[in-house]
Amino acid sequence: MKRLLGAALAATMLTAGAVQSAEVKIGFVTTLTTGGAVIGIDQQNAVNLAIEHMGGKMGDLDINLIFGDDGFKPETGKQVTDKLVKQDDVDFVAGYIWSHVLLASRKSVLDAGKFLISANAGPGPVAGKHCNENFFSASWQNDQTPMAMGEVLNQNGVKSIYIIAPNYAAGKGMVAGVKRTFKGEVLGTDMTAWPTQLDFSAELAKAKASGAEALFIFYPGKAGGAFMKQYQQAGLKETLPLYTVFTVDALSLPKFQAANFTDVLGSQFTQQWDPTLDNDQNARFVADFRAKHGTYPSFYAAQAYDSMFLIKSAVEAVNGDLSDMDGMRAAMKAATYPSVRGEYTYGNNHMPIQNFYLREVVVGDDGNWTTKVVKTVYEGHQDTYAAQCGL
Amino acid sequence: MKTLSKTGWLTFAVMLALAILPPVFFLTGNAFYLDLATRLVILGIAAVGLNLILGYGGLVSFGHAAFIGLGAYAVGIPSYHATWGGFDMVASYNGLFHIALAVGISALFALVTGAISLRTKGVYFIMITMAFGQMAFFLFQSLNVYNGDDGLTIDVRSELPFINLDKPLHLYLLSYVSLVVAMIVVKTIVNSRFGMVIKGAKGNNERMITLGYNTYIYRLTAYVISGAMCGYAGFLLGNFTTFISPDMMHWTRSGELMFMIILGGVSTVLGPVLGSSTFILLEEVLSSLTIYWHLPFGLMLIILVLFIRGGLMGLLIRKGR
Amino acid sequence: MDYTLLFIQTLNGVQLGLLLFLVASGLTLVFGILDFVNLAHGSIYMFGAFICASLTYYLGNFLWAVLVALPLTGLVGYFLERIVARHLYDKDHLDQVLATFGLILVLDTSAHLIWGPEGISVPLPAWLDGQVEIFAGAVIPTFRLLIIGTGLVVAGGLYWLVNFTRLGMLIRAGASNRTMVSALGIDISTLFALVFALGAMLAGLAGMLISPITEASIGMGGQIIITAFVVIIIGGIGSMKGAFVAAILIGLIDTLGRSFLDDIFQLFMSEAAAETSAPAVSAMMIYILMAIVLAFKPLGLFPPKVR
Repeated sequence: MKRLLGAALAATMLTAGAVQSAEVKIGFVTTLTTGGAVIGIDQQNAVNLAIEHMGGKMGDLDINLIFGDDGFKPETGKQVTDKLVKQDDVDFVAGYIWSHVLLASRKSVLDAGKFLISANAGPGPVAGKHCNENFFSASWQNDQTPMAMGEVLNQNGVKSIYIIAPNYAAGKGMVAGVKRTFKGEVLGTDMTAWPTQLDFSAELAKAKASGAEALFIFYPGKAGGAFMKQYQQAGLKETLPLYTVFTVDALSLPKFQAANFTDVLGSQFTQQWDPTLDNDQNARFVADFRAKHGTYPSFYAAQAYDSMFLIKSAVEAVNGDLSDMDGMRAAMKAATYPSVRGEYTYGNNHMPIQNFYLREVVVGDDGNWTTKVVKTVYEGHQDTYAAQCGL
Repeated sequence: MKTLSKTGWLTFAVMLALAILPPVFFLTGNAFYLDLATRLVILGIAAVGLNLILGYGGLVSFGHAAFIGLGAYAVGIPSYHATWGGFDMVASYNGLFHIALAVGISALFALVTGAISLRTKGVYFIMITMAFGQMAFFLFQSLNVYNGDDGLTIDVRSELPFINLDKPLHLYLLSYVSLVVAMIVVKTIVNSRFGMVIKGAKGNNERMITLGYNTYIYRLTAYVISGAMCGYAGFLLGNFTTFISPDMMHWTRSGELMFMIILGGVSTVLGPVLGSSTFILLEEVLSSLTIYWHLPFGLMLIILVLFIRGGLMGLLIRKGR
Repeated sequence: MDYTLLFIQTLNGVQLGLLLFLVASGLTLVFGILDFVNLAHGSIYMFGAFICASLTYYLGNFLWAVLVALPLTGLVGYFLERIVARHLYDKDHLDQVLATFGLILVLDTSAHLIWGPEGISVPLPAWLDGQVEIFAGAVIPTFRLLIIGTGLVVAGGLYWLVNFTRLGMLIRAGASNRTMVSALGIDISTLFALVFALGAMLAGLAGMLISPITEASIGMGGQIIITAFVVIIIGGIGSMKGAFVAAILIGLIDTLGRSFLDDIFQLFMSEAAAETSAPAVSAMMIYILMAIVLAFKPLGLFPPKVR
């Protein structure tokens, strides 16, 4: 015991001596174990690709990247974040797929005066009353995507919907978002246990019995695949059309294709990004990602890729002087980096003001299932929490 | 007698290391290792508390994480309301009030659930205590005010006289002293007449009843003390992590707590502390090596049960003989 | 009251109950006759699902895959018994809980290493992928009916096995009095391995049946195992009848709770609060049921006669 601690002490002394070289340290917290790991590994691949594209350098500084596994749990996420901040003394902490993990971890990063870059999660409190000058989102605010979907429902003339979503921070945000813009009637909402519940027979039966014209769901990760299949097995496609957000993605499509689950072709969902968006950064990202991993990148990957270039723009703006927090903050706020989604700007709460597109699942030119953009739902859309933010 | 002195020496060495090393790490700029030590000492308190009934009493409770969670929420809920308003009855930053609440609520929960659980025995006892733990888990999951599943961030820590819990060193020293007190309390209890009855009932409950002891009352009392100690550990843990969620009460957490005791050695005062220390350090080292760390961890668990009698204490003490 | 919905939800509840029964029956067999607490039983359920999923792609048909996967899962169970479980029979329950908890970690990580983290989606043959209209408005997926059918057949088979065969006699004898069985000159070691493999096959079958609905995924075992334990504790350890009754009861409570609890909650709390509280409370109900049953019947609903 004593010897163990002694050895640990010696080891830290050694690493402490080596820290002062010219490098930028970035911690990336994502999910590398449990069923959520599919997403985490996709993000990891994208981050590694970004670094490869940067030639391993941001300005003159070498990139020292450390991945942390949140194990799909807020508590574990906070623990690895604490370690990145206190032990590894990183300059930036990025990542965070899950809203509840981000909410649990944000204080650890921000209290230490470091930058926190979300590569996915965008819960309301972070955008509103808990907004912080050192927090930036490389993705979206949770409510934005479902708000766009609510708009699509209106445009399609849908009069009533039924909602099924998981019972955690993001699920609640998605429900609030769609309810905010959808003008028709919400005939019922079911919140399901997260992430444990994967059988939705009872909820689907209720949705059907409600007589709603359409069904709105939010099920990221493996729950999405389970839901889509049960929806199909219940034969609801004709009577209760499905509108989803963050449920069908480039991670589930290959699995659906392998299982020849053709019902998913033609399904539509809203998003701020699509692999077919026409800009140089996106073309390079998608082509190289596919060449390397054989699959289309997911939006999770796209955002993770963006988060690295956002950080790079900050580091280069201050010529590698990482003590210049104000300079780096101003650089990120300007959002001049080449984003794969095209140009966007930041609001006062450092949430993107950006376009949202309607995407549709199609068979790609190489035979693989992918998506294309149907139309632009919102142009330059800002989240509603910005007004609550004092920045 | 010789074994006893060796145990005494080992206890002294471990406790001395825990007293000196973590503060030294902190003062030399390795704040993270103090964090690690704080976590290990707090879980040590909980393990020492659980060992009172699990080790000495032979009552395998699979739901003790619930008490830790209750204790943590006894910090989180009053602090939350003191910051954001509402529920004036409990809204407070007063640490002494938090401690009283943590210990009181856990003791009460232990009294009610213990009274029912102790009617059963063996595996049924294991499972019914787990059921009560799960009930607490789901209860807090359903409390929307405190974010349910997403957990609660504690913005302001408990305020205590002379001690500033915002300072990591203060928090650690309070936890350390609490651990020492907990160990002394348990040692005193098991050496008392009360303790003799508890231990006697583990060996042969019927005999103790025939001897005229109402073992049910004795066991219930021990269960309440044990629950209260875990509640107190929860108070510390809440102040330490400043983030609490129903996950703290999940049955797997209760399992980990049990594992710490077995790892260290049941029915010993030092065992649970040794167990929690090894558990936390092992978790830290293995998880930093590979994301597949559950594999070697699980294997060690199996090997421990199959081949090492009496846990680390058994191993260390025997080797010296 | 929407009776069609109530009927559908009841069927859904029975289906969930029968799946639970498949897992719980193996658990209660192993627990009853070997006095062995096997937390890793859920991992066998997961292995069943993964083996079946892989075979579905290899053989091109889900049903063939199930037929091949069943004995394979039995083999997995057999080897687990030989390598780990048998060494734990003479330990106390605490040690068994810990060792099998370790086994969960090992098996789950192994599955992660073998099949990757993403899980496998299992396609059904077209004739199973549709729906059946039981009466006007009451439509249920064909595959869920198949699960109900399979569950009932297995339950019937187990009833016959336990009550009318020599193996069943030994199982019943073993559940109530172990020393008697060994006194009969039975090769206990083989009997134990056989029972263990049978339990593994039952759990594996449950995993195979759920995989076309949810897909095979890491950690799926950890979620069902505790519910299965609640089932056998409520039913009485070692009692097949108890496991059946308790499984159906819990399946119904869980499904009906999820369906109707939020409507009931809305009578006395806000809509948003009801929506978020209801799932947690309906998940809590099975534990409340267990605590109530044990408070009044400390050995469960149908305890084996002699212990």
